Amino acid sequence: MTTSALPRARRVHLGLTLQRQGALIALVVLVIFGMLRYGERFATGYNMRSLLGDDAKYGLVALGMTFVIMTGGIDLSVGSVAALGGVVAIEFSSHGLLPGLLAGVAAGAAVGSINGLLITKLKLQPFIVTLAMLLAVRGLALNVAGTRAAVAAPGSGFEKLSDWQALGLPVAAWLMFIAFAAGAVVLRYTKWGRQVLAIGGNVDASRLMGLPVSRVTFTVYVLSGGLAGLAGVFLGSQNGSVDTAAGQGWELSAIAAVVVGGTLLTGGIGSVLSTLVGVLLLQLIFNLIVFENSKHVLTISSYWESVIRGAFLLVVVLLQVRLVRRRSAVGRQA
Amino acid sequence: MQWTRWAQQYGALATLVVLFVYNAIDTPFFLTRQSLLFVLLRQAAPIAIVAVGMAIVIGTAGIDLSVGSVMAISGQVGATLVLHGHGTAVAIALAIGVAAACGAFNGTLVARFGVQPIIATLILFIAGRGIAQLITGGELQPLSNPGFQWVGLGRPAGIPAQIIIALVVAVLAWLVMRLTVFGRYVTSVGGNETASRLAGVPSGRVKVLAYVICATLAGLVGLIAVSANFASDANNTGQGMELDAIAAVAVAGTRLTGGRVTIWGAVIGAVMLKLLQNTLIAHGITKEVAQMIEGAVIVAALYLQRHEA
Amino acid sequence: MAERPPLLLSMQGINKDFLGVPALIDARFEVARGEVHALIGQNGAGKSTLIKVLTGVYQRDSGRIEFDGRQVEFRSPHAAQLAGLSTIYQEVNLVPFRSVAENVFLGREPKRYGLIDWRRMNSDAADVLGRLDISVDVTKPLYECSIATQQMTALGRALATSAKLVIMDEPTSALAENEVQTLFDVIRRLRSDGISVVFVSHRLDELYAVCDRVTIMRDGRTLEDRPMSEISRYELVSRMLGRELAEQLSHRRGEQTSEEVERAEPIVQADELRRGRALDGVSLSVRPGEIVGLAGLLGSGRTETARALFGADPLDSGTVRMHGKQVALRSPRDAVHHKIGFSPEDRKTDGIVPQLSVRENITLALLPRLRRHGIVDRARQGEIVARFIKAIGIKCSSPDQPIRELSGGNQQKVLLARWLCTDPELLILDEPTRGIDVGAKRDIQVLIRQLADDGLAVLLISSELEEIIADSDRVVTLRDGQAVAELTGAAITEEALMQGMATGAAAGSESAT
Repeated sequence: MTTSALPRARRVHLGLTLQRQGALIALVVLVIFGMLRYGERFATGYNMRSLLGDDAKYGLVALGMTFVIMTGGIDLSVGSVAALGGVVAIEFSSHGLLPGLLAGVAAGAAVGSINGLLITKLKLQPFIVTLAMLLAVRGLALNVAGTRAAVAAPGSGFEKLSDWQALGLPVAAWLMFIAFAAGAVVLRYTKWGRQVLAIGGNVDASRLMGLPVSRVTFTVYVLSGGLAGLAGVFLGSQNGSVDTAAGQGWELSAIAAVVVGGTLLTGGIGSVLSTLVGVLLLQLIFNLIVFENSKHVLTISSYWESVIRGAFLLVVVLLQVRLVRRRSAVGRQA
Repeated sequence: MQWTRWAQQYGALATLVVLFVYNAIDTPFFLTRQSLLFVLLRQAAPIAIVAVGMAIVIGTAGIDLSVGSVMAISGQVGATLVLHGHGTAVAIALAIGVAAACGAFNGTLVARFGVQPIIATLILFIAGRGIAQLITGGELQPLSNPGFQWVGLGRPAGIPAQIIIALVVAVLAWLVMRLTVFGRYVTSVGGNETASRLAGVPSGRVKVLAYVICATLAGLVGLIAVSANFASDANNTGQGMELDAIAAVAVAGTRLTGGRVTIWGAVIGAVMLKLLQNTLIAHGITKEVAQMIEGAVIVAALYLQRHEA
Repeated sequence: MAERPPLLLSMQGINKDFLGVPALIDARFEVARGEVHALIGQNGAGKSTLIKVLTGVYQRDSGRIEFDGRQVEFRSPHAAQLAGLSTIYQEVNLVPFRSVAENVFLGREPKRYGLIDWRRMNSDAADVLGRLDISVDVTKPLYECSIATQQMTALGRALATSAKLVIMDEPTSALAENEVQTLFDVIRRLRSDGISVVFVSHRLDELYAVCDRVTIMRDGRTLEDRPMSEISRYELVSRMLGRELAEQLSHRRGEQTSEEVERAEPIVQADELRRGRALDGVSLSVRPGEIVGLAGLLGSGRTETARALFGADPLDSGTVRMHGKQVALRSPRDAVHHKIGFSPEDRKTDGIVPQLSVRENITLALLPRLRRHGIVDRARQGEIVARFIKAIGIKCSSPDQPIRELSGGNQQKVLLARWLCTDPELLILDEPTRGIDVGAKRDIQVLIRQLADDGLAVLLISSELEEIIADSDRVVTLRDGQAVAELTGAAITEEALMQGMATGAAAGSESAT
């Protein structure tokens, strides 16, 4: 342990840095590829705007997931929470845009706080708690919506949320960028941010150092829930409705984006801005598929989407595992 | 904490008995052959089969989230082959073979590459459904082939075939876990993998085999589902099965952290959860609320397990 | 010790039960200001319970604790830290991925405009470590530092929280000799700054080197509390053990059998084993009936040699021959197949499977051979288990008892039984008596000798020189991954071994290879 931890940890750090740069390079390359191959239509403001507006909700979910994963946890409930957030926001949209938005976020944060309580107070494993919550919250969302698709009250102005633009970009996109910038500052320059990384790096040591492990862990899940709720609000406002399958599989996209962005799945090392790169990269791939199909040269079924996402996760996970693994054949594995 | 240990070991069984007695008194026609065999046990059988495989994987301190997707893949493969005029035996064998290959994929990621089980199986959980959808372009395939559909529709001696299959699977699994070296290895790898390897246990092979068994059983259930529905439906086959199976395992004594496996517990857990769900729905509680209660039951079961050091 | 300074800590009449089993009975512990105080006792004597009660990990059942002039009641380790009571644990409890400076200041980072002031944090951390005479790049992630520096970081953290009392729980167990000296210098510096230190260690030399006073515990009670200079080693050990120390038993075999053994062909012959930086050409052989000790400092390649011989770690180069024939040991499974057994250093993580019964733990390695048509032969399993429980003297309520409920010594015996029942030709024992009580230790030493006399080849690793000297027929000394010296019979002395470990020179014996 003493002799091999050293080069291994250095390799992890180095590898993750390379991975982050790799993701950024891949993003740039794909954008250039898109511009060259699809020309005008791809590069127009419209496509970029709608792409970024669309990405916002995935970005928000992935941002929350980044912090959760950095503590060494995981939140599988985000998809269902987004659906709940959307449904609740739409139900409240009859009172106006702001109450709807706040209600959606609050609903998400409430679910997050239940996750957090179960994980910190009852000391249950995060993945199983949030898996149970994935099930239960979808049930709740369907129940609130009356098992139909929830439709926003007409004239509530709820749909406008996704139409608003500032400086040529949708509000949602701005919000995403601001959220990520704030996340990066929080991670680097606040106690809470450092504690998130410390807990993911060594939870026992953090406890002995007197860090408020339970409180930080709890807030991480509340944050994740709240952001998922907010993502649900945007989903609802984009479509004007939330259907029963809304948010399904989001947990995987978010995890994939986080991991692609070079955050260690076992916690302790992470980067907020690289998660943003991960989100943009993954979404861009699907955008390119749409463009490719529109050229009618070869058609790629939309079912490939989940396969590609899975393949991406596979590749990145294998890369990370190679970094973290010890050389020894019989060792203690995380 | 004696009561928690008791609740953990016999809680599911006790709940099952209570629900059973309650229904016997309260629900008309509950104690009929039709209701017991063709509703309760027939519905519980597929969950029980998957739960048995899940219990073994969980025994190695793993988890398999991909069972639902594997069901969809196997159902698609089987139905497509039959519809293209291949023999029943070929269709079933290939479908289950593909499922086993999925298990080998999961197992290799976990054992060979050391990926956390939840992440490793998450990959097939999402990609697997896409693969299933790609096989038929997401279309529903109507199916009518009595030979092939025996697994879902057969009635030997008036008992639904899937109940018999579930029983056979459970008995076999129980014997394997109890009597064979592999069975011992599962719990020792789940209890302390490093120590097991240093005692010469081929932990990698044990884990791969566990995931293969789990996926194979999921594949079998995929065929049952497709047969019973008279159609293969890549979008819905096996949706949520991973949760049902994990819940069935968790409520009845298998530690989710590995090192202990109770096959009959998984079967009892499956029947109990199904009966609970049916009872709730029969009393006008919506399926969605029932889903929420199932989530709560899993958390409660975990809470009880927590007390074990 | 003329006049003892005023007391910093006073614990009186401490009682603590675990489920009705008393762990502390009317225990007492006093530490003066600026004193380095040794706390000693066998395993189970109550040292660690006492420390945990003090630092708020456990709550006492009764008793009084006064610290720094106030009566205190710490609810958590954190509360204890805030009051000025820091603990440095055996395994360094810091966050490896974070920088040295962060580890010093985690939770109390200096701020500017509400945000963390990194520049000040780094300079403050350098200052704190400077007080310990340690210069290190504080922006480096902790994992890049040596264990000693990591410990110093933990100490730096204690100083930065203005600790008045620092508890060190076996701080030297992972340190090299020169690092121990650095640690002692730091401890002396703390003392001169008026900071008290509680020092827990099993190494008597260290206690005498650095401690002012000693408290001896036995069976949950405090026996006495005396200045270190007024108690002899012999007295210290006999008080600790609670009986007159029996003369050090030599388990070495008699002269007449020696020649016979030496003429035998080696069971195993390893040549030029290399693996990364850990093993740099280790050669050794073990003959039937022989106990070969493997001596060396931590990190010298002892455990790595054992693991390589057992196929647990891949080799870069080198050959292993058994009975003169080259064998490929790619996995523990291969090794088991070649009749090698290995009892690893860390019993908890590498040895036992805690939830499984004594029976299953004993037969884990034997299972493939208990198989008939794929099915475990329960009758034979039961018979073998019963035989070994009796032969080795494993104390358990039944073979079905989970092994986690057994004491350390009995767990170790189960691990020995695990390998003995496979009828091995070579048994590799890595620290077989670490952390177990004296009685069980003696049982195991006697057992190993008997097994060797019956023809088993044993490779014994221990960091206790006395154990190596008492038990081994031959000793191979490792240094920096190389076998540097080989000593036989009467040439095995503490002096010769130390010289080999320290300088690589073989004092008066032929060099290995």
